[in-house]
This record gives sequence, structure tokens and C-alpha cells, in this order.
Amino acid sequence: MATNMTQAVQKTKMPEIVGKLLGQLPAWPATQAFVTAFNLTVWKKLRELDWDGIHGRKFCVVIKDLQLALHFSVTQKGLRAEKPVQPDVIFTASLMDFIRLALRLEDPDTLFFNRRLLIEGNTDVGLRVKNMLDGVEFETLLDSFPGPLGRVVMYARKKLQQT
Amino acid sequence: MPATLLELICPAGSLPALKAAVDHGADGVYLGLKDNTNARNFSGLNFDARSLAEGIGYAHGKHRKVLLALNTYPQPATLSRWQQAVDTAAEAGVDAIILADPGLMAYASKTHPDLRLHLSVQGSATNYEAINFYHQHFGIQRAVLPRVLSLPQVENVRRHTPVELELFGFGGLCVMVEGRCLLSSYACGDSPNTFGACSPGHAVRWQQTPQGMETRLNGVLIDRYADHEKAGYPTLCKGRFEVQGETYYALEEPTSLNTLELLPEMHRLGIAAVKIEGRQRSPAYVAQVTQVWRAAIDAVKANAENFRPQTSWLAQLDKVSEGSMHTLGAYYRPWK
Ligand code: SF4
Repeated sequence: MATNMTQAVQKTKMPEIVGKLLGQLPAWPATQAFVTAFNLTVWKKLRELDWDGIHGRKFCVVIKDLQLALHFSVTQKGLRAEKPVQPDVIFTASLMDFIRLALRLEDPDTLFFNRRLLIEGNTDVGLRVKNMLDGVEFETLLDSFPGPLGRVVMYARKKLQQT
Repeated sequence: MPATLLELICPAGSLPALKAAVDHGADGVYLGLKDNTNARNFSGLNFDARSLAEGIGYAHGKHRKVLLALNTYPQPATLSRWQQAVDTAAEAGVDAIILADPGLMAYASKTHPDLRLHLSVQGSATNYEAINFYHQHFGIQRAVLPRVLSLPQVENVRRHTPVELELFGFGGLCVMVEGRCLLSSYACGDSPNTFGACSPGHAVRWQQTPQGMETRLNGVLIDRYADHEKAGYPTLCKGRFEVQGETYYALEEPTSLNTLELLPEMHRLGIAAVKIEGRQRSPAYVAQVTQVWRAAIDAVKANAENFRPQTSWLAQLDKVSEGSMHTLGAYYRPWK
């Protein structure tokens, strides 16, 4: 079983060279790009969720294989890039695992058991965000992407589903 | 042959999870409301009136059942909220409610005589006298048995009660007699029975340190995982403790229950339903596990004698399991 898992992980790993190149990016522009892309797409569908108690919290997403840390908070208007100081919650995983989570192909608890996802800091806030996002249907999120981009997301999902 | 045989009952912590269960072959889903009236009271999880109505509509549209868990114990000051939850469930049109508290059973049977009642695993009824008591007094129609009985003991219960039996088939293990464990309460002041969660998020801290990933419950170190080790849920029963100079899983290793190979036996005993644990898990988990169990139950019903769990099923279930192994739990043990 462990071998199956390892093989599956290896199959879906980022090519090392891509990781190295992306890892050279300074964190601030990467955070800005992430926040902007997020606000222009999925935020339209997520804004109605009950963000009480989440507003003002600082989040950090660490993409292990890219050695990249994205710092942001959630405001009434969407995500806002933050300076890298004292986040309330830190999520750490590889880029591919974050992508698989976002595409609803992977179960966060399974990744946690396998030590591929770590939630540090305020666990309650971390679990709340995880559960809230789980409560939104994939199709709803998909609707928030402009047509061609939506098709790319669907294609990527199909491809990854087979790995 | 009992009217209901091996119904597949799957967990739903959210609307997408409910739809995943229904779409992948669950006969019924069980769910809870967004508060401590159920034993999976985690932030951001569960159903409000709107998602409950939509979920029931979706499931009933495909002729599947919705069971609502109200399986914590109300306190005198909060009793009315639990009673309101019973009313909400009845008005929303759920197929049954799953109860642990006898006071709530009395309320439900008096106020909503047509509402079907199931006895929760949290009710901790391990013998037929207890189950028949609930049946006679409150009209309980199904009992979920605690995961502490061996199969011969289950058979003995089955022979002495008209109440349908539901057994846990797969998922996280709660090693104590359910409904009676005080470990979480001891460590963080909140127990599954009243707060609705074992090791609630506010008491849990994970931290990567040079020595490994540490899990703390209310500040107390309960486990530390080396990089190659699989992690488990942050519950005290699955912590590693120093006992007489040795540090190990003194109570229970992180393992998952998996009873796939016992399905023919459950079929023979006339078990009404098999329950999959995991309302705290994602729709992806629900879809994967439901699919496997649907196929397995169909295979048993078609030919119980020649049933063998397929290796691909076991691999799929192992992949999503807590801990690095699975167990048949108490169902398969020689001692009583
Ligand atoms: S500490 Fe373990 S046995 Fe006790 S309620 Fe929690 S999960 Fe169950």
C-alpha cells in the first residue's frame, strides 16, 4: 500500500526544474498574483459564506516544493496580501497537493494522515476554513471561471483524476 | 429474511458530501445540524435549515434516506434547543432521527409519533435488554451497536430483539464504549457527549519541530511523529504515552475499522444496515468509500458464499484510512 501511495505521489510531483524556477520568485509578487486571481474568480462564489470570525485573521500558505509562502487575510472584499508576520494559521503542502485539494480530488484528512498536509497555529480557524470550502460544490466554483479558463480547470481535473 | 438488509448508510458533513454519497450508491446518509446537538460539532461543518432542505430534496429525489443525528446529551439549561432540533428534523421530513438521550426519545415519541427513531451508538446499548427497553418505551426501530461487541455477541442480540441492527463497517475507531468516554473532557474540558466533539479544534495544536510533528491537546504533548510516520487524529486514546519507562501507544494505535470481509456474516445475521464513519471528512472521501462499499454490498447480496473483497477495494480503503493499518475491531475476537 505504502508503495502505491509513493508511486502516486511521484507521478503527480512537479518537475524539479519548474519548482526551482518558481521558487526564485519573490513571495510578494506571487502573493499579489494569487490574491488577484482568487478575487477575480472564486471569491464571487465564496463571498456569501459565513466569514464571521475569519475576517481579520492572517493566513499563510506554504508551498513546500516551491519554497514559497503566501501571506494574506480575508476581508469583506476578498483576499488581501499581507506582510509575512505572525499568521494565525499556516497550511503547508506541495503545489500538486494544493491543486488536488482545490480540484476536490483529495481528502484533506487523508493528506494529513500521510503527512502531506500540515495545519499549524489556530486549528479551529484552519478546520473551519477547510470545512467551509468543502461545503461549496465544485461546479459552483467552476462557474466563477470565465469560459475557456473553466474548460482548462475541468481538463486538468480529468487528467489528475486518472493519476 | 428481514425487510431491510445491509443498507449502506454514509456520512455527510456538507451538501457536496451528501450528494457524493447519493451519487455513489448510498441507501441513506446521516448528517447533523450546525451546533452541539450532534457528535461531530466541528467549525464550518454540518447543515443549516437551507442546506438540510436541499439535501433532503436531493436524496428523496433519488429515493434515498436522510437520517439526522441528535446524539449528544442536552443539559437542563439547553434542553429546549435539542427539542427544537427534533421539531426541525420532523418538519424538514427526515426519514429518522438518531438519538442517545432517553429524555429526548420521550419527547420525540410523544410529539412526533410518526417520526422514526434510531438509537445512536452514543446511547451505548450493548445488550438486547437495553435495546428492547428503548423499543418498548419509545418505539426505537433501529439500534446502532457500539463497536465493542464480537460477532457472536451481535448474533445473540439479533436473536433476542425485533429492533433492526446497524453496525459500523468502516472508518475511525472510538475504542471506548461509545458515549461513556471522558478522555477528551479530562484533557480539554469538552466531551463528545455534551460539546459534540472529541478533541475540539480550539484545544488542538499541531507544530512541526526539529524532533518531528507534535500534536498537543490543551498544551499537553500527546504525540510526536517522525517524518516517515503516519499521523492519526489528535485524540487522547491514540496518543503515545510513557508507561514504565517506555513510550508507546498505550491505549490504541491509530488504526481504522474495516469489516469488508465480514459482510457475508453480517448478511447471514440479517444486519439491517452498515454505517460508514466520517462526517468530518471531505466529499472526496465520501465518494471513494461509498463507491467501494456499494460494490461490495451488491456483490454479497448477489452471492454471499463466494464473496471475497477485491484487492482494489482494500487498497482504496487503506489509502483513506487513519493509521497505517486496518482492523476488524472487536467483531472478530475470541474473548467475550
Ligand atoms: S478519546 Fe478516543 S475513545 Fe474517547 S471519545 Fe475520543 S476518539 Fe473515542
